[in-house]
Amino acid sequence: MSSRERILGRVRRALAEVRDEDAPVERGYLREHGARSVAETVDLLAENLADYRAVVHRCTADELAATLGRLVGERGSTAVAVPTGLPPEWLTATGAEQVADSAESTPYELDRVGSVVTGCAVAIAETGTIVLDGGPDQGRRRITLIPDHHICVVRVPEQVVSSVPQALERLDPARPLTWISGPSATSDIELDRVEGVHGPRTLEVVLVGGDRPSAELNTGDS
Amino acid sequence: MSGTFVGMPVFPPPTHPAFPKAAHEAVNNPTLRGNLRHATHTIRAKRAKAVAEVSDWAALREAGKRIKDHTLLHLDRYLVQLEEAVTAAGGTVHWAADADEANRIVAGLVKETGESEVVKVKSMATQEIGLNEALEAEGIRAYETDLAELIVQLGHDRPSHILVPAIHRNRGEIRDIFRKEMGEWGRPAPEGLTDTPAELAEAARLHLREKFLRAKVGISGANFMVAETGTLVVVESEGNGRMCLTLPETLISVVGIEKIVPTWQDLEVFLQTLPRSSTAERMNPYTSTWTGTTDGDGPQTFHLVLLDNGRSDTLADEVGRQALRCIRCSACLNVCPVYERAGGHAYGSVYPGPIGAILSPQLRGTASEIDASLPYASSLCGACYEVCPVAIDIPEVLVHLRERVVEGGEAVRGGNKVLLKPAKGHAAERAAMRAARWAFSHPAALRTGQRLASRSRRLHPRTLPGPGRAWSGTRDLPVVPAEPFRDWWQRTGGGKDGAK
Repeated sequence: MSSRERILGRVRRALAEVRDEDAPVERGYLREHGARSVAETVDLLAENLADYRAVVHRCTADELAATLGRLVGERGSTAVAVPTGLPPEWLTATGAEQVADSAESTPYELDRVGSVVTGCAVAIAETGTIVLDGGPDQGRRRITLIPDHHICVVRVPEQVVSSVPQALERLDPARPLTWISGPSATSDIELDRVEGVHGPRTLEVVLVGGDRPSAELNTGDS
Repeated sequence: MSGTFVGMPVFPPPTHPAFPKAAHEAVNNPTLRGNLRHATHTIRAKRAKAVAEVSDWAALREAGKRIKDHTLLHLDRYLVQLEEAVTAAGGTVHWAADADEANRIVAGLVKETGESEVVKVKSMATQEIGLNEALEAEGIRAYETDLAELIVQLGHDRPSHILVPAIHRNRGEIRDIFRKEMGEWGRPAPEGLTDTPAELAEAARLHLREKFLRAKVGISGANFMVAETGTLVVVESEGNGRMCLTLPETLISVVGIEKIVPTWQDLEVFLQTLPRSSTAERMNPYTSTWTGTTDGDGPQTFHLVLLDNGRSDTLADEVGRQALRCIRCSACLNVCPVYERAGGHAYGSVYPGPIGAILSPQLRGTASEIDASLPYASSLCGACYEVCPVAIDIPEVLVHLRERVVEGGEAVRGGNKVLLKPAKGHAAERAAMRAARWAFSHPAALRTGQRLASRSRRLHPRTLPGPGRAWSGTRDLPVVPAEPFRDWWQRTGGGKDGAK
């Protein structure tokens, strides 16, 4: 007998006397917490991102290229990883060498790249989370992992949802997903949170769009 | 079907002392007690705050419980569905009835790649089966990459907590371990390393990076597996998980069969309750999900090893099966007064604390000294049940397992029904219970006994003689009232008209 048959047999015998109606599970929980306007939801996203030490910036679409150019410049990166489908106009003000995401590049090569710029699939306001799904403007998972500085552009308000349930509805499980809430961190030393282990130690999120004038949020920018 | 116990889990070491003895040693270690008190109290307050932030916590908890119960009661169906979905997405599914078989499968898969080292994501399942030791015996070196697991591995130590296996170590001890051991395993600790957590995290980053970059094989567990889509989910903080799940060419995931949820939508419950319960965060820094393989992104070969190792036996127990709902958040450890004082090592299992006290004796059986003692490693205060995000009634299962230890009876081991003998050493307790049963079913004898006890109350000793001495050594005997309740009731008509 194969182990497959053995395990399934054990499970079936264990459940032989169980009578369970096949009713759907009741979901008495909320689809989102609290009522907010669209603008308030975007504000909450900014607040929660900053609370977990992501650095948050806001700008209009016209200001995006200049903002990204400034952030890469301030970081001092000489090379920046770029997903193949990232809108080219985003990086027109960025002087660093652009390293295109490719199947051939090795982890060692990526380890010499200082920054990466991507878009995202969706952002979750209640938890301060951005989700990448490997779309054309996000690239392979490793390009947002090995460089120490990740700049993620979120189009607001259209890419922002309130809650985890709403995010899952928008996402395709067949794609490899990476949910990111702040820079990498650990609670392994005395159960206290410390930022900065293996993933990017600096996460900058640019909320682009809306009618807000160019305004830097101070939160998390220290 | 084999009728023997061949291939039962290798753990625990049969020599592991019973809980009271192991705990006694731990309680006398002031450093350990200090470390545990500090860490558990830190996280307790934070968890309470993170949970209070969501107004529908009770409903999320209830839904989590129901989803898991529903899954367990249809586990055969969901396992088959999961297998189909993973296979359709480009993965290969293996089934392992016990620890030995899982270890053999994984070692074989690693050898097929021609590699002799692997990087590992923290995984309770691979700890449970002793995978690292099994790989070592086959000439394969497994590098733990979670910070706490790294501390345990470098310190030649054992894990003592589900989420933070090195919780028993303080920052000074961690610095000493890094300084002494890192050079033996790869890049040494930086010169002049201090004990600030940020510097220690940086040292781990530098030490492990060379291993991540060259890794060809990654080994992981999973927090959840979605039956309808074949998706696996790993929830983590540091990014070591992402490294192991995306950089290697081959990924092998060893996952307990109870980790299934039926649908993609079901994740909306657990991705809310798990981070808040475990690290007290709205969301953990990184969550990775993958479905089979993706062309050109991440490992091109994916193996899923489905592990039974006592889970189907646990499923057969009507009361005990709720332990399989566990999502390994460790909130129950952090609130437990017994865990806080005894520490994780005393539980003699990779699953310590309240959940370990009901999981280990079910996964491994109650034959060994340590497993027979675990259901007693609790004051039944119920704090664990209160915080559990899937509402496992741990006290209920503890009492149920105590009964099994004392009375013996039917259980399932290795898929076969067995009749357990009553444990030795509980003769006095059984005799007392038998006497009580007799007295309560003979009212005249009970009345006489009670009156006798009341009238002789001045003569009662303050401690019990004979075998009861140890029991009353740490307890006050209840004072017998001057008048038995039933006499009082008859005399006053139940306290009518305020009669005393």
